[in-house]
Amino acid sequence: MLTYISYRLLQMIPLLFVISVIVFVIIQLPPGDFLTTYVEQLRLSGSDVDASTIIQLKAQYGLDLPLYGQYWVWIKNIILHGDLGMSIQWNLPVSEVIGDRLLLTLLISVISLILIWIIAIPIGIYSATHQYSWLDYAFSFVGFIGLAIPGFLIALLLVYFVFNLTGLSVTGLFSPEYEGAPWSWGKLLDLLPHMIVPVIIVGLSGTAALIRITRGMMLDELSKQYVITARAKGVSERRLLFKYPVRLAIHPLVSTIGWTIPALISGEAIISIVLNLPTTGPILLKALMVQDMYLAGSFLLILSVLTVFGTLLSDILLAVVDPRIRFGGTRS
Amino acid sequence: MIRKVIVKKSRTWLRLDRSKTVSSPEHTQDLRQGFEFASQWRLMWWKFRKHKLAMIAVPVLLLLYLSAIFCDFLSPTLPTSRFADYKNAPPQGIHFYDKESGFSLRPFVYGMKMEMNKETFRRQFTTDKSKKYPLHLFVKGDPYSFLGLFPTTTHLIGTGNPDAPFFLMGTDSLGRDLLTRILYGARISLSFGIVGVLLTLALGLLLGGLSGYFGGFVDVVIQRLIDLLICIPTIPLWMALAAALPQDWTSVQLYFGMIIIFSAINWTDLARVVRGKMLSLREEDFTLAARLGGASNLRIIRKHMLPSFSSYIIVIATMAIPSTILGETALSFLGLGMQAPAVSWGVLLQDAQNLQTVAHEPWLLWPAAFIVVSVLMFNFVGDGLRDAADPYK
Repeated sequence: MLTYISYRLLQMIPLLFVISVIVFVIIQLPPGDFLTTYVEQLRLSGSDVDASTIIQLKAQYGLDLPLYGQYWVWIKNIILHGDLGMSIQWNLPVSEVIGDRLLLTLLISVISLILIWIIAIPIGIYSATHQYSWLDYAFSFVGFIGLAIPGFLIALLLVYFVFNLTGLSVTGLFSPEYEGAPWSWGKLLDLLPHMIVPVIIVGLSGTAALIRITRGMMLDELSKQYVITARAKGVSERRLLFKYPVRLAIHPLVSTIGWTIPALISGEAIISIVLNLPTTGPILLKALMVQDMYLAGSFLLILSVLTVFGTLLSDILLAVVDPRIRFGGTRS
Repeated sequence: MIRKVIVKKSRTWLRLDRSKTVSSPEHTQDLRQGFEFASQWRLMWWKFRKHKLAMIAVPVLLLLYLSAIFCDFLSPTLPTSRFADYKNAPPQGIHFYDKESGFSLRPFVYGMKMEMNKETFRRQFTTDKSKKYPLHLFVKGDPYSFLGLFPTTTHLIGTGNPDAPFFLMGTDSLGRDLLTRILYGARISLSFGIVGVLLTLALGLLLGGLSGYFGGFVDVVIQRLIDLLICIPTIPLWMALAAALPQDWTSVQLYFGMIIIFSAINWTDLARVVRGKMLSLREEDFTLAARLGGASNLRIIRKHMLPSFSSYIIVIATMAIPSTILGETALSFLGLGMQAPAVSWGVLLQDAQNLQTVAHEPWLLWPAAFIVVSVLMFNFVGDGLRDAADPYK
């Protein structure tokens, strides 16, 4: 097991390296560097920048170096000092801008993930054991819609209908009085009801996908011979179901984490823009619009790195659950 | 002897096919034998035909694409023409019955009057029943060039009166007819799905094929590349790349730039399937036989391997079309994709971004309905194709 984990950890290093290179390239894509934009912006707002500040910033971010040198300075600052660069738009270090928002994005994604599991697995099992019943058809239909219509459209329509029917606006994550306030119990309690709508919308397509996978797996298992044998021996239906097929059907829970997490974070990014949530989405969009590339790049980097770790976690879990993978992993 | 029987059976089948009666058990038996003679594609069609939703979806999609192609003729006006007196006008209904003149076979629309709401101070439109504008087919209207080929002024339907309001889906804040804009937007949005998937298909086939056929080092590199692309959350990556497209690009350049971005990210699914199929087909006896027979790599791939998994490729490609359409819509909706003079469904939805406008002008959500319908229909077709992809099951 330890060898498997260390093997996977070693495998991650080149992956993380390449991701950081891609993000760096994206940061560099817009013409000019951030310093010229920054100085330009300060000049426009009337405050003059003295030459020594420019030289100091230049040295700090290695802007006088060739590209690979710049990359080196950038990644060194991140790894050694946790310094992600400056956001020109906020005039703050990127890490300060990101902090809370990243936490909220993660919170929404993780809660959605758990919700997906809680909802999708029982429905998947039910649909498989009651194949072609009207509830099965109903779930399939809802699943179809959940898969086909993207979260941001559902969010848009939901905002409209809720407003139309009740006059309430479901946007935002906090009541006005808590918006700028520091974290407290009151703020946390205020957050919970506001999270319901985003969590449901973010989780919808994942739920639909997992229902389909679970249903398919269950149907495959239920038609296998051991089920028939067990039934012939007189094992009760309930015991028959939960002893083996359900255990196997829960397998995709673990094996799909790898792509569910990036999908959730992806979906959250755009839904949060529609619902105007104080998470990573809107700020990433704004950063891209004004080409605040250190901020945008940092988001991309952090979200990707989180995904890589999520995938690693799911692989380890899978190895715990399934010895075949564990042994296959150590051999290669 | 055996051949005679086969010929006889196939004749029975042919007769059956013409008479289209397959209900009695005797006939079903004959039908089953017919399956033994039908080609793979024919079997797939029979199986596809059974998927009711898919059979509904195909004509709907055809209709959508046809109206996208002929949008300039079908739409009552031009996407850029503004009706200054009718800004944010609600959709009009088509009427056949009027209290004064009774029922008329020729449909008509009522005029619209603008009033200031005294409480909210917003401009509001009410139907003005004193004015009636009958609708005609093939009316003269704004000049355009039909399919970009020859200039004409004929539109399918309209009032023929340039001052009369005729907005079946309302207008936007600049007084442009939403129906016209949706029809024109269909051109970009719907074609984006097809063109985008074609490029994705080319990339996926090439890279997946290379990976699966040659194995070894090539395989490792391409597999790691796929792992890498899956790790980066797609929407933020799309957003970042789309934002990096030069701001001074024309609509056409943007369109193809976005297609390249989508394909560069989306080829992984297809490549994985192609690789998996390649790996298993490589071990088949017929591949070995072809190689022993002296066929070149390219010939083996083209003549022996490709036909045996082309149906799967079609399924995946069909399933990829809706997500590509949605990708374009999402980016344009956020303002990172197609830009304003160009009309796509995503660009149109930009107007519906904030709650205030949606609450007062809900008809601005019409493009969403078109997106949902076309995406659902593509999913149904994809589902039907997936069931039909392996007709021997």
